[in-house]
Amino acid sequence: MQFGLSESQEFLKDSARKFFAGECPSSEMRRLIETDTAYDAVLWSKLTEQGYTGIIFPEEYGGVGLGKVELMLLMEEAGRALLPGPFFSTVALAGSVLDAVASPVQKMQYLAPICRGSARATVAILEANVSWNPGDIQLSATGGKLRGEKLFVSDAAVADFLLVVARNGVFAVHAKAEGLKISPMQGMDLTRKLYSVEFRDTPAETIASGKDLARAFDVVTAALAAELVGGMQRTLDITVEYAKTRKQFGKPIGMFQAVQHQCADMYLETESSRSAVYYAGWALEENSPDAATAVSIAKMYASDAARTVGNRGIQIHGGMGFTWENDVHLYYRRAKASETAFGDATFHRERIASLVIDSAGVSRKSA
Amino acid sequence: MDLNLTADELAFRDELRAWLASHLPRDWDQWREKPMDESFPYLRDWQRKLQEGRWAAVSWPKEYGGRSATLMQQAIFWEEMARFEAPPMANSLGLGLIGPTIIAYGTEAQKKRYIPKILSAEEIWCQGFSEPNAGSDLAGLQTEARLDGDHYIVNGQKVWTSYGWVGNWCELVVRTDTSAPKHKGLTVLLVDMKSPGVEVRPLRQMTGESEFNELFFRDVRVPAENTLGAVNDGWNVAVSTLMYERGSYGARLHLVFKRYITRLIELARTIQRNGRPASEDPIIRQKLAQCSAEIEIMRFNQMRAFSRITATGVPGPEGSIQKIFWSELNQRLQQIAQEILGSFGQLMAGDAHAVDKGLWSYAYLRTRGNTIEAGTSEVQRNIIGHFVLGLPRSY
Ligand SMILES: Cc1cc2nc3c(=O)[nH]c(=O)nc-3n(C[C@H](O)[C@H](O)[C@H](O)COP(=O)(O)OP(=O)(O)OC[C@H]3O[C@@H](n4cnc5c(N)ncnc54)[C@H](O)[C@@H]3O)c2cc1C
Repeated sequence: MQFGLSESQEFLKDSARKFFAGECPSSEMRRLIETDTAYDAVLWSKLTEQGYTGIIFPEEYGGVGLGKVELMLLMEEAGRALLPGPFFSTVALAGSVLDAVASPVQKMQYLAPICRGSARATVAILEANVSWNPGDIQLSATGGKLRGEKLFVSDAAVADFLLVVARNGVFAVHAKAEGLKISPMQGMDLTRKLYSVEFRDTPAETIASGKDLARAFDVVTAALAAELVGGMQRTLDITVEYAKTRKQFGKPIGMFQAVQHQCADMYLETESSRSAVYYAGWALEENSPDAATAVSIAKMYASDAARTVGNRGIQIHGGMGFTWENDVHLYYRRAKASETAFGDATFHRERIASLVIDSAGVSRKSA
Repeated sequence: MDLNLTADELAFRDELRAWLASHLPRDWDQWREKPMDESFPYLRDWQRKLQEGRWAAVSWPKEYGGRSATLMQQAIFWEEMARFEAPPMANSLGLGLIGPTIIAYGTEAQKKRYIPKILSAEEIWCQGFSEPNAGSDLAGLQTEARLDGDHYIVNGQKVWTSYGWVGNWCELVVRTDTSAPKHKGLTVLLVDMKSPGVEVRPLRQMTGESEFNELFFRDVRVPAENTLGAVNDGWNVAVSTLMYERGSYGARLHLVFKRYITRLIELARTIQRNGRPASEDPIIRQKLAQCSAEIEIMRFNQMRAFSRITATGVPGPEGSIQKIFWSELNQRLQQIAQEILGSFGQLMAGDAHAVDKGLWSYAYLRTRGNTIEAGTSEVQRNIIGHFVLGLPRSY
C-alpha cells in the first residue's frame, strides 16, 4: 500500500505545473478572462501537444490511456493556474461521458477529435429546476429532435458539439445544428463561461439511451474537486507569501497568530481535500466498491474548503484582498461556481448519507 | 500510488486475522464500560497475550520484540483491531511514545532492561513532561536534577501525568543545567516510580475520574545511568516522544471513531425525531454524513502521511495536522451524538436511563481534553505556521 505519488505521477504533476506556469501565467489568464469565451486556439494546440486533451482516453482513439489518479493530478495543476477556457468541459466532462456511454463508432467520431485537439465540447445537464438529480431532468428527445432549454452549460459557445442529457438518453448536437440558440449567462466565474442553450426541434444523434451516467459523473465530479485543490493551494501560496512580506506595527503580519492560525487552517483544509481527491481518483481507477462514496466525500469536503480557504485568503490580504488586481478573488469566484456544480456539499452529504447510513450494517455491540 | 495491499501486507494481515480469530477475548463486553482502574488488569492481560503472539508493538524492530513492521503494516494492524473490536492495550504510552524513544536514544543495556517489560505490560509507563508553570512552553520546565556522585537528585513537580496512578516508570524531563538557554539545559531521566521521595496524587478531571495525576519529587535519587540520550540533550529526546505522540494517534483513533459513528447511526434509527427515526431527519443526516466523511478523510491523511514518512524516514511537523484533525473531529462527533440523543445525552453512568451506560455523556466531556493534551490546538497551529509554512515566529 502506497499513498504517495509514483515517480511517473510526480513527473506528470511537475511537468504540468511547469507547463501551465509557462503557457498560462497569471497575465495570460487575465487576458483570456476578458475575452468573450476565454478560449485561445494557440493555448489549446499546446495542451493537445502535451497529450492533455486525451489524458485518460484509450489509445485506439488517440488518447494517452492514463488513469484517474493522473487525471486528478492534471486537473489539480490546471486549477492551480486557474486555466481559463473549455478544458474541463471538453476533456473531463464531455470526454468522460463519451468514454462511458458512446459506441466505438461514435467514440471514433466524437472522442477521437477531442483527443486530437480538433474539437471542443461540453455537456448540457441542468435545467430551470437546477437539480443534479438525473431523475429531475425534463427535456426529452422525440423523433430525433430536442425541444426545451438547458442552463449553466459551460463553454457552449466554443463547443463543436454538445452532449445533451435528456430523460430518454444522451444526445449529440452539432454546434451548427438548426434550432440551436446559445446565449451567454453572466456567471461569477470569469474563467469558465456559462450559457443557456435553447433547442427548437434541434436534430440530435442518440449517443446512449437510458444508460447510467453515474460513473461518468463521478469522474467529472472528482476532477472538479481536484481542480479546487489546485486553486486552494495557489490561494494558500499567495496568502502565505503576502503574510511574510506585508508589514504592520513594524512586523510581518504573518508573525501575528491570528494570521498564522488562519494560514494553518488553510493548509489543513487544502491537504485534507487533496487526500480525499487522490483517494477518490484511486477508488475510481480501481472500481473500488466505495468509489461513489469516496467521490462524494472529496467533492463535499473540497466544496466547503475551497470557500473557506478563499474567505481566509481574502481576509489576510486586507484591503488588497478586496481589489480586482489581486488574483485571490478570481480563485474565489471559480470556487463558488465549482462548489455548486455537480452537487454542492449539502447534495453530497445527502448522497453519503444514503450510501453509508441507509446501508450501514448493524454493529455487533454497543460502542 | 497503489492502495492495494502488497503480498507482504496481505500475509501480515492474514496472519493477524488468524491470530485474532483464535485469541480475541470473548468477555470484553462485560468490561468495556467499566472505569479504567477496574478494567486495567484485564487490559494488562490482553496486552501480555498479544505480545505472546508478538503483536503488541508491531512497528518495533524484531530484535526488540516487534515485527519491524512498515508504517502501512501498522495501519493494517489498527484497522484489523478495529474490525475485530479488540480491547485496547494497557501500556499505551509505553508502546506508543516512550518505547520508541528508548529504542531511538537508549543504550543497549537500557533497551534490554526496559523494552521487554513495556511489551509485556509488566511495567506501565507514564510521561512526566508538563509542570504547573510549563505546559505549552515545555522547555520552561523547572524540575531540577543535580548530580551527586553517580546519582541525580531530583526535586520538583509534574502535573497532568496520565497513568501516574498505575505507572511503574516515568519518562521524566528535568533541568540539569540552569545556566544554559532553556532548550539546552534539559535531560531525560528514566525514573522508577517506587523511588523514595516520589509522591503521586490523584487529580480529579472534569469528567469526574482521576485518569491523570500530580507527581511530586523530593530529593529523589535516580542512578545517572538512567539518563536517556545525552545529558543536556533532553529537548531533542522529548520532542521525538512528542512526534510519536502526534503522528501515531490517527491510525489508532480511526478505530474508535468508526465505532462511535456506527453506533450513532444505529441509535439514530431507533430514536424518534419529528415523528420519524432521527436517521431520516435531513439535518441529522447531513451531520452524520459530514462526520463519517471526515473520519474517512482522517484516514486518508494518515495514509498519505505514512507514505511520506516511509519515503523521508522521519515524522515531520505535518503530524500537527493529524493532531488538530482528530481532536476537533472528535469534539464535533460528540456534539452530534448529543444532538441525536437529546435529553438522554446528559445522563451519566449509573443512571438507569443512560444510553450505552453513560458512554456518550462521558465522551462529550472527555473530548474537551483532546484539544489540550499532546499539545494544544493553538500550539499545533503555531507549529504549522512556523515549521510547515515558514511564517516568522511569533515567540
Ligand atoms: C487529558 C490530558 C492528559 C494529559 N496527559 C499528560 C501526560 O501524560 N503527561 C504530560 O506531561 N502532560 C499531560 N497533559 C498536559 C498537556 O500536555 C498540557 O496541558 C498542554 O501541553 C497545555 O499546557 P497547559 O495546561 O500548561 O496550558 P497552557 O500552556 O498554560 O495554555 C493555556 C492556553 O494558552 C494557549 N497558549 C499557550 N501558549 C501559547 C502560544 N505560544 N500561542 C498561542 N496560544 C498559546 C494554549 O493553547 C491554551 O489555550 C495532559 C493534558 C490533558 C488535558
